[in-house]
Amino acid sequence: MSNIEKPVYLEEKLEEIQASGHLEYRSKSLPTWCPGCGYFSIVEGLTAALNNLSIDPDETVVVSGIGCASRFPFFIDTYGFHSLHGRALPVATGIKVANDDLSVIVVGGDGDAFAIGGAHIPHAARRNVDITYILFDNGIYGLTKGQTSPTSVLGFQTTTSPFENHDMPLNPLMMLLSYGASWVGQAYAGHPHHMAGMIEEALAFKGFSYLHVLSPCVTFDKTSKTYQNLGMSVRPLPDDHDRSDVMAAMAQAQKTDAPALGCYFEQPRPTLADGLNDIAARAAK
Amino acid sequence: MLIQMEGSEAVAEAVALCRPEVVCAYPITPQTHIVEGVGALVKDGRLENCEFINVESEFAALSVAIGASAAGARTYTATASQGLLFMAEAVYNAAGLGLPIVMTIGNRAIGAPINIWNDHSDSMSMRDAGWIQLYAETNQEALDLHIQAFRLAEELSCPVMVCMDGFILTHAYERLDIPSQQDVDAFLPAFEPVQVLDPDDPYSIGAMVGPEAFTEVRYLANDTQLQALKLIPEIGSVFKEVFGRESGGLIHEYMTGNAETIVVALGSVNGTIKEVIDTMREDGAAIGSVSICSFRPFPLDELQDALKDAKRVVVIEKSLAPGLGGVVASNVRMALRGINLPVYTVIAGLGGRTITMTSLQEVFEAAGEDRLPDLQFLDLDHNAVEHEIVRARRTRRSGPIAENILRQKADGRNP
Ligand SMILES: Cc1ncc(C[n+]2csc(CCOP(=O)(O)OP(=O)(O)O)c2C)c(N)n1
Ligand code: SF4
Repeated sequence: MSNIEKPVYLEEKLEEIQASGHLEYRSKSLPTWCPGCGYFSIVEGLTAALNNLSIDPDETVVVSGIGCASRFPFFIDTYGFHSLHGRALPVATGIKVANDDLSVIVVGGDGDAFAIGGAHIPHAARRNVDITYILFDNGIYGLTKGQTSPTSVLGFQTTTSPFENHDMPLNPLMMLLSYGASWVGQAYAGHPHHMAGMIEEALAFKGFSYLHVLSPCVTFDKTSKTYQNLGMSVRPLPDDHDRSDVMAAMAQAQKTDAPALGCYFEQPRPTLADGLNDIAARAAK
Repeated sequence: MLIQMEGSEAVAEAVALCRPEVVCAYPITPQTHIVEGVGALVKDGRLENCEFINVESEFAALSVAIGASAAGARTYTATASQGLLFMAEAVYNAAGLGLPIVMTIGNRAIGAPINIWNDHSDSMSMRDAGWIQLYAETNQEALDLHIQAFRLAEELSCPVMVCMDGFILTHAYERLDIPSQQDVDAFLPAFEPVQVLDPDDPYSIGAMVGPEAFTEVRYLANDTQLQALKLIPEIGSVFKEVFGRESGGLIHEYMTGNAETIVVALGSVNGTIKEVIDTMREDGAAIGSVSICSFRPFPLDELQDALKDAKRVVVIEKSLAPGLGGVVASNVRMALRGINLPVYTVIAGLGGRTITMTSLQEVFEAAGEDRLPDLQFLDLDHNAVEHEIVRARRTRRSGPIAENILRQKADGRNP
């Protein structure tokens, strides 16, 4: 993967998409996002990943909260659940607990996840619910038209940060690593092919997988997490990165000026379902 | 000074004129422009000694406000809809603790199904939390009520919600009279808390109270509201002396004098109602209206006085108590206890459905002939609901209701 992927031409892309078969996963509703929003490539990535893994749309549920990111379920032809702002993870936990056969994917924005919904992430991670959480980080509240979010950088200017943001941004990768998430990775909406691969890995992993996707809000952020800035700063994880080493993962996660893309950490362990099955088996004796 | 201004911006101006010391900001449509407006005034240097904090949720917004108010700061926040519901625990807490926070509600429906448009379901859900609830009819009144709200809250040490219709008021531009700082300073004395976390006089706030004293504390919460019943009109008169216009008070009457039919409503729809009344009066109908400004405390006596000589009452309300009908209507019936008057409930404007003059006039005319059912939904698509009911009876797995209705409407045919 180079820093800038080869340019994509519309015609080639259309042919490629039609040939791929993953259009099946697209709903009839055209996304209502702003032209250029990073989220388009996440739809593309997820449908490609589902197609490659041969996961049927009717075996899949996409759960979201509220936000631009959370409109995602409308644009994809799996089961969808558009829940409350910040509550996607517990709703997804309920779905997975009630029907373990479903592939459960949670999508949402940084505000949904780390502001109003922050309290749920540690628990979904430590319980190791077998779901995939794809977090769209644009460092802003998009749907409410551009306010400071918990991942907005210091100095960022919005209507809720007079002059500039003085609050230290969260480091989601560090958080997820310390919460005990068993799969943690990062992708960038400007590198759609790499992202599709990461989504595929995250989906294939059994346990709680967290994929952080850096995704520009082209409408309300003209200065911070733009394609230009992110394109210049992202880099691949080093070739010798050891994904079983949580300390190495944390060391990489600290380098926020040059966000590394790839799988930071992977450590299979018993899932929530394993624990529940154990209770049921022992109670039955 | 008259200035053309958006309702939200006007509220931000009013709040700034009240010199708040802590403002908690968190966005939710249709309230966002208000906190953004306060933020802009902070940036302009218009708000001295004010801490403007961008928080992570509504629950945090009101919780920070509770802490700030307990530490003796004049405190303000604003929310709407899902946000008010999310902060529900703190809403009761603020009232129970007697903290004089002022909060604007940009009234919006609550989900599911998700809907960002106006109705009163949000603030109605918190009507019994112990806050004073004032409903603005116009943007001028919204602005004025905020100035009155701080004085009311602080005199009684009780939090106040100022409710204004989302979009219809929050996003509407009107020419408004913005008071001078001097007049507001003359009207609103500096905040003298009745309780404050003070190192020189240490005590804790948030006692555990058992059955031996809980009822007494609650009794006093009710008593505070009864005091507000007296104070609200008093503050309204002082306001008129200082600012030269009527705003606030418990209720506003319109052409009730010899009215046989009296319409009761809250908030901005009263403007439309008055227009309809004007038209109907020209044709000789004996009709008038009462706009309830203070919903909590509920002005039982004043309403009874205003309504008792009518032949019937029509309550137009933007909220629904499923399984009962109207929330406001039930309260109005309480005001009319012992008086034999039909009270018709008309549920209107849910989730932003337009309340048209034509539909209102039809309803008022039907009421005039006592042809209204006890409970009616204005402009309901009877076909759509009938089909959904039949369908749900026929098919066990009939699917999500909201999606079915939407599909029906989009297809223009019935499933
Ligand atoms: C309880 C509640 N509070 C506030 C809102 C308003 N709201 C909707 S989306 C949103 C933030 C969206 O930001 P993010 O989650 O980062 O998603 P994005 O729109 O950037 O994709 C907020 C505050 C809400 N819907 N519900
Ligand atoms: S506002 Fe920003 S996040 Fe939302 S759709 Fe537009 S570009 Fe994307």
